[in-house]
Amino acid sequence: MNVQGKAVHAERIRHVAAAPGLVIAAMFVIVVVAICAIFGSGIAPDSPFTQRLAVGDQPPSAEFLAGTDLLGRDVLSRTIHGAWTALVGPIVIAAGAFTIATLLGLVSGYLGGMVDTIIMRWVDFMIALPAPLVAIVVVGVVGGGYWTAVLVLIILFTAPDTRIVRGAVLEQRPLPYIDAARVLGVSKTRILFVHVLPNVLPIVLAYVLLDFAFALINLAGLSFLGLGVEPGTPDWGRMLFENRTILFSNPAALLLPAAMIILTAVSMNLIGDWLFERLTR
Amino acid sequence: MNGADLARFILWRLAVAVPLLLIISFGVFALVHLAPGDPVRALLGTRPSDPETLATLRARYHLNDPFIVQYGKWLWQVLQGDLGRSINGNRRVLSAIIERASVTVVLGAISTVIVLVVGILLGVVAALRRGSRLDRAMVMFGVLGISSPAFVTGILLLYVFGVVLGWFPTFGPGRGFVDRLWHLTLPAVALALSVMAIVVKITRAAMIEEMDKDYVVFARARGITPARITFAYLLRNALVPVVTAAGIIVIGLLASGIYVEVTFALPGLGSLIVDAVQKRDIPLIQGTTLVFACFVVLVNLIIDVIYALIDPRIRFTSVAS
Repeated sequence: MNVQGKAVHAERIRHVAAAPGLVIAAMFVIVVVAICAIFGSGIAPDSPFTQRLAVGDQPPSAEFLAGTDLLGRDVLSRTIHGAWTALVGPIVIAAGAFTIATLLGLVSGYLGGMVDTIIMRWVDFMIALPAPLVAIVVVGVVGGGYWTAVLVLIILFTAPDTRIVRGAVLEQRPLPYIDAARVLGVSKTRILFVHVLPNVLPIVLAYVLLDFAFALINLAGLSFLGLGVEPGTPDWGRMLFENRTILFSNPAALLLPAAMIILTAVSMNLIGDWLFERLTR
Repeated sequence: MNGADLARFILWRLAVAVPLLLIISFGVFALVHLAPGDPVRALLGTRPSDPETLATLRARYHLNDPFIVQYGKWLWQVLQGDLGRSINGNRRVLSAIIERASVTVVLGAISTVIVLVVGILLGVVAALRRGSRLDRAMVMFGVLGISSPAFVTGILLLYVFGVVLGWFPTFGPGRGFVDRLWHLTLPAVALALSVMAIVVKITRAAMIEEMDKDYVVFARARGITPARITFAYLLRNALVPVVTAAGIIVIGLLASGIYVEVTFALPGLGSLIVDAVQKRDIPLIQGTTLVFACFVVLVNLIIDVIYALIDPRIRFTSVAS
């Protein structure tokens, strides 16, 4: 399992020197998605819920720029409103997982010994599990939709994140400032949270963005299987699930949410990589 | 390589795999109790709830016993190959799994070949032409690869090659060998793309690291052809990290495979488990999850043994810790 762990770490650390223009474009995409998420009802040309059964699934037209779905709902408006579930869940997952992981990683990396062994065995076990499969099964059996999915993903994300924070803490341990603090009689808790934490925070911050992208993909995936959001919710993954059958009559109903998932995830990954390069060098 | 050492390493890894499987099986068993409400209701599904059926179900799943005894009896049945009966259709779970396995295995095999051949080749080429336009394109492809889930890639491929160009069928597994291959091409490509970025990135990084080593300079000085240096010397050493990452690649293929099967409406194990989850068919979910989990544990075991064969250092450090 040691072998596996190393590879997980290697997979998550990326050194991509993206062009500055690309990073700015990525930030622009995220800002637009955020505006859609917050002011969706002001921007969308139509309500995402209005059904026109007589209209049915129509290709793009002047009235409906991205066409309509099987129930005659405006695809463009649904995509704009879909930004909400695409942002909120992943933000909660990335922030939640890294808050827990930072606590565990600090304790595990700094204290070492038995505590470290127990935490790292648990991390090894969690990483050996196929996370997407666990998410599908647990969310499906427990029920509860979107927020259950968020909770399950927080738990699944915590393990690899803990490993990253612990690694960063281990790099800090031998540094002189920690010895100095100990000689001065600073308490362990204070050393951990006042001295070590600020030094590992940059790495944490960069990984939070990478986690966000991964969480977005996983949440959209669960919605695509009909397990995430409630039926009818405007959500990119759910739209791909509901509109699977109209690929021929109105491809835009699938292509638009699909493009938004990729675009948002790529943007977050680019910003995360860029931040990683800037903060850790 | 010492045979006894290797045997000891394999035994040690098996000894680790057994508790792992026990924990997983316990988790899978606990799914019955994880479902909201009375477990007997969860196991009943849509069947009529007459006292007789309820009593049969309680007896079948030993629901009147204490939790841990239930688990023991369930595990004993599983070990004898009895995975229970599905709620919908009352089929034997094991035969449902066997029936669906072939599509998943063939799909996985084709994708693995694509990933290894194309992924490693692209990684090598990118490393050889470091800094070139192609190399930069590969880096971008890497970001795109981890940002595009298999179901989204699948839908895009379906649209371009199935709808616009009409080259490939849009659903189903096909009949006969050639037809099946034709039906499985798009799904296999979608699945391969989901993990290929990792292989390209690892191969590229490992190749670049190897290229800077002294033995390469020496080999060049001896007049060995660049092609021979690349494939016989560099690639062989560069593949060690790829083997290391094989566990992630297999888990990635397995997880993305579930989504690809659903996207392309293929009757494999992945769509079986999603179907079971959507219908809350607990015995079927338990059976398929258990098969997937055993597969992952087995693959990890095999990878660790291969890794130990390639790199003797691993054997000793692992046994020592």
